[in-house]
Amino acid sequence: MENAFLAVLKRELKSYFYSPVAYALTGVFTALTGYFFYSGMVFYGMASFEMSRMAQFAGPQELNVNEFILRPLFGNMAVILLLISPLITMRLFSEEKKSGSIEMLFTWPIRDIELTLGKYFAALLMLASLLAPTLIYLGFIGYHASINWGVVFSGYLGLILLGSAFIALGVFVSTLTENQIISSAISFGALLMFWVIAWSVGESTGPLAETLKYISIFERLDTFAKGVVDTKDVVYYLSFIFVFIFLTLRSLESKKWRG
Amino acid sequence: MIKVTNLTKKYGSFTAIDGISFSVERGEICGFLGPNGAGKTTTMRILTGFMSPTDGRVEVAGLDIADNVIEVKRKVGYLPESTPLYGEMRVYEYLDFVAEIKGLKGSARKKKVDEVLETTHIADRRRSLIGSLSKGYRQRVGLAQALLNDPEVLILDEPTVGLDPKQITEIRSLIKDLSGKRTVILSSHILPEVQMICSRVLIINNGRVIAADTPERLSSKFAHTGRFSVSIAGPIEAVAQEIANLPEVADVSVASRETTDGMEIAAYLVEPKQDADPRKSLARLTVERDWTLMELSPARQMSLEDVYLKLVTEEPSAGPVASQVEGA
Repeated sequence: MENAFLAVLKRELKSYFYSPVAYALTGVFTALTGYFFYSGMVFYGMASFEMSRMAQFAGPQELNVNEFILRPLFGNMAVILLLISPLITMRLFSEEKKSGSIEMLFTWPIRDIELTLGKYFAALLMLASLLAPTLIYLGFIGYHASINWGVVFSGYLGLILLGSAFIALGVFVSTLTENQIISSAISFGALLMFWVIAWSVGESTGPLAETLKYISIFERLDTFAKGVVDTKDVVYYLSFIFVFIFLTLRSLESKKWRG
Repeated sequence: MIKVTNLTKKYGSFTAIDGISFSVERGEICGFLGPNGAGKTTTMRILTGFMSPTDGRVEVAGLDIADNVIEVKRKVGYLPESTPLYGEMRVYEYLDFVAEIKGLKGSARKKKVDEVLETTHIADRRRSLIGSLSKGYRQRVGLAQALLNDPEVLILDEPTVGLDPKQITEIRSLIKDLSGKRTVILSSHILPEVQMICSRVLIINNGRVIAADTPERLSSKFAHTGRFSVSIAGPIEAVAQEIANLPEVADVSVASRETTDGMEIAAYLVEPKQDADPRKSLARLTVERDWTLMELSPARQMSLEDVYLKLVTEEPSAGPVASQVEGA
């Protein structure tokens, strides 16, 4: 019954947006990304000035906005999302367990999948609303320089997919503990691990190295940031989400047996 | 309406409930009575589908809970012991949310929420934040959410715990009003409460049902109705001995004694044998022995409290005491 899914989704959204949580998170995210955007613009401006002085040799040319501003900006936004998304997901199940309201939830006629997806999509919308203000930056660049909107689209698609994966992991972790601090710490640690897991590999090859590179969650964002949407990467993120939603359902189910 | 067969729940090596069986008929108000940790809450949590049993069968309204957990949840309204509500929501908002989960739509939902607000007498608090409500009001909101799906079965875990005496009376009469055609199961360790509200009592201890009957029958079953006390002026040791020797008497004890003007007077508590009345031969005996019969009165009826204490403090005896433990 999609009724129950919508009910949970609405309640979770309200608990983000009727409280200061949504505004605090959006404020922090916007301030940080704004700072990175500003630095990128300043750097781009200085580089362009240098270029114009040398125009007598090389002829007039415009520096690539994508390479100088967009690509680093998407990378930075991804790192900040990694820091913030555990804060979005930490309360989802932990709070219900702590307060005991999970007992109510589990005796209402709602399926675990409806409950999980309701909470998942609420957190995802919360994450998307962090990204929304950053569109202003792109409007700003677009007004002053020529911009490749295809790259913008693929970059945001990548960020949303990456964020969806972060959220899926966070939802699962929040079913494991009733303590919100532990919940966010474990999510953060796990996400960080998924990021740095391929760093040790370096240039080596072989099945293990290949596997670690495959698992690494960040490498793929760069492809999106360059304007390339590869099915392989989309499939990776979707499988990541699927696995953690599945684990969430198993975790909820096991509670009923262990009591 | 509810049929529980051989239900067992283990937490690791700890057995919370140990093969209990009982059934509750439609329209009954059944009370679970037992000390803390007896297994009342665990049983209720299994009935509501919150937990799965380790072993055994539960049928609610003809449906096996193992195969139809969602269907069963649609027919059951549950109020957990701690009444965990969302403090940051308003009363109306919360009930609307629960009603939506329970599958009510549009104007039917609005109507139903208004209706339960009226039934539980909290219509004047509909705009209040749940976190700011007193325990009594929170309890009503808890009851209100349980009623939203028009449940055939209402399960209430210690609904009056932590309330002040006035609130307790109010909640009790509310539960009585609500029962009507519904089947109600409530747990309590307050005896008068169970005696007052329930039409049937299950006494649970150490994960087993040790007695199941109406409160009246439970009291009378253990009360040995013929018990009486008799005051006789005469030599105490001899009197006690002679009464005990009467063929109809099972047991005699001296309840109190005094000496007035050189006369020894004692009150004896006489326990007759099953279906025997020793009063006639006792009267004859006093005349023959030249004692004086000062007073004869029936002993106090054994209350449910006495029965309860007797049952839960007794050593685990051989099987259930009452005749009505189905399937045992």
